[in-house]
Amino acid sequence: MSVNQAVTLKVENIHKTYSREEVLKGISFEVKKGETKVIIGPSGTGKSTLLRCVNRLTVPDAGRIWLDGTEITHPRTDINKVRQSIGMVFQDFNLFSHLSALDNVRIGLIKVKKMEKGEATEEAMRQLARVGLEDKAAAYPAELSGGQQQRVSIARALAMGPKLMLFDEPTSALDPELIGEVLEAMRDLAESGMTMVVVSHEMGFARSVCNEIVFIENGVIVEQGPPYLLFEDPQHQRTKQFLCKITELYGKSERK
Amino acid sequence: MWNSIPPLLKGTVVTLELTFLLLVVGLAVGIPLALGQVYGGRGLVLLSSIYEQIFRSIPALVLLFLFFFGSSFIGLNISAFLSAVLALGFRSSAYQSQIFRGAIQSIPQGQMTAARSLGMGKFQAIRHIILPQALRLSLPPWSNEYSSVVKDTSLAYAVGVIELVREGRYIIVRTFEPMIIYITIAVIYFILTYAGNKSLGYLEEKLKVPGFETKGRKE
Repeated sequence: MSVNQAVTLKVENIHKTYSREEVLKGISFEVKKGETKVIIGPSGTGKSTLLRCVNRLTVPDAGRIWLDGTEITHPRTDINKVRQSIGMVFQDFNLFSHLSALDNVRIGLIKVKKMEKGEATEEAMRQLARVGLEDKAAAYPAELSGGQQQRVSIARALAMGPKLMLFDEPTSALDPELIGEVLEAMRDLAESGMTMVVVSHEMGFARSVCNEIVFIENGVIVEQGPPYLLFEDPQHQRTKQFLCKITELYGKSERK
Repeated sequence: MWNSIPPLLKGTVVTLELTFLLLVVGLAVGIPLALGQVYGGRGLVLLSSIYEQIFRSIPALVLLFLFFFGSSFIGLNISAFLSAVLALGFRSSAYQSQIFRGAIQSIPQGQMTAARSLGMGKFQAIRHIILPQALRLSLPPWSNEYSSVVKDTSLAYAVGVIELVREGRYIIVRTFEPMIIYITIAVIYFILTYAGNKSLGYLEEKLKVPGFETKGRKE
């Protein structure tokens, strides 16, 4: 994987408190262009909150975030503009349930990017083909399996031509036999050079695809590093414990 | 008997006009009201709940009199017809707002989140994602509201609008045949209500989307 030095995403000292609980206590990291970063950690440690801060679906209390040099957290930044270049994939897919797969993928192009309809349709079909679902273009979300829905939602995000893709536990709501097809689409994407931040406990995926694993607990980064280092030689006892438990649960190797 | 048909049809046309205008006022005010209640700030939420509470708590007939006599009291010279449209229309908007509010709130939060994450503004997301779903869900209860509104138009009789019932009264005064006339009027209301509900049911069928149907869901 070719990774040049340009930083796509820079997150600096992010804090977020919900009611009285401080969920994020000063998180900083960088993602270089073409890199894939996997964020792991026990539930309730603010992984999803962190991801939502990146495209400002959640507004952090303190800290700054830059995408390609543009400060996302600046109050005068046009957030709708920024979000066009950040694709997001959700745990529950969140496909628009009244629209066909094709319309799900092209609605952003037509309504947000104001693309002409024919052109938008072509682009949407290209993205559906990329995730292997061009034959399902006319199907509605309710007619698709979970894995297919998630692939459509990846296509929907990709159609906007994002600089960065965020994945919020993209396989957690899927039956085991449907996880593989989604991970495969994500692996293809990573290999094509997309910059990605993935919250996931799919260790097989993390080991084989990502450049760096970030372990978060209680709102702080406990440890981060390349997968082989974290797996073979973790610096913190807690990292070791967590990785052991998770490997036991999810298995060491890639699921097919 | 046959002589009474043309005036009754004339009355039916007025009843239909009233029904149409009440529904339009109800929609035009009811949808923004519902959106205000769901997405508005505290002030807007308070304002729309006060409006909605007032118009749902006063009997239709009293509202009608308040608008009819009230308008001339404050020096506005509006016709009986217009005061009926406003009084009953605002009343319907209060009920309709609750239909739409319920439907909007039943749309999962993730739909809005996904729309915003694509870069849609709040209004765009409401217009292209939330409302198309919410309005589909609103059709069955809205069809119920239609049935109420058709029949509520007969109250306009009380302020002198010459609609179906009043045309009937005029005939009865001349012919002294109340039963036959009232039965005819009843049949006309039945047909209006039935035909309206049927058409709305047809519309629901037309707009049906897999996984999103409200009719004939078998589980």
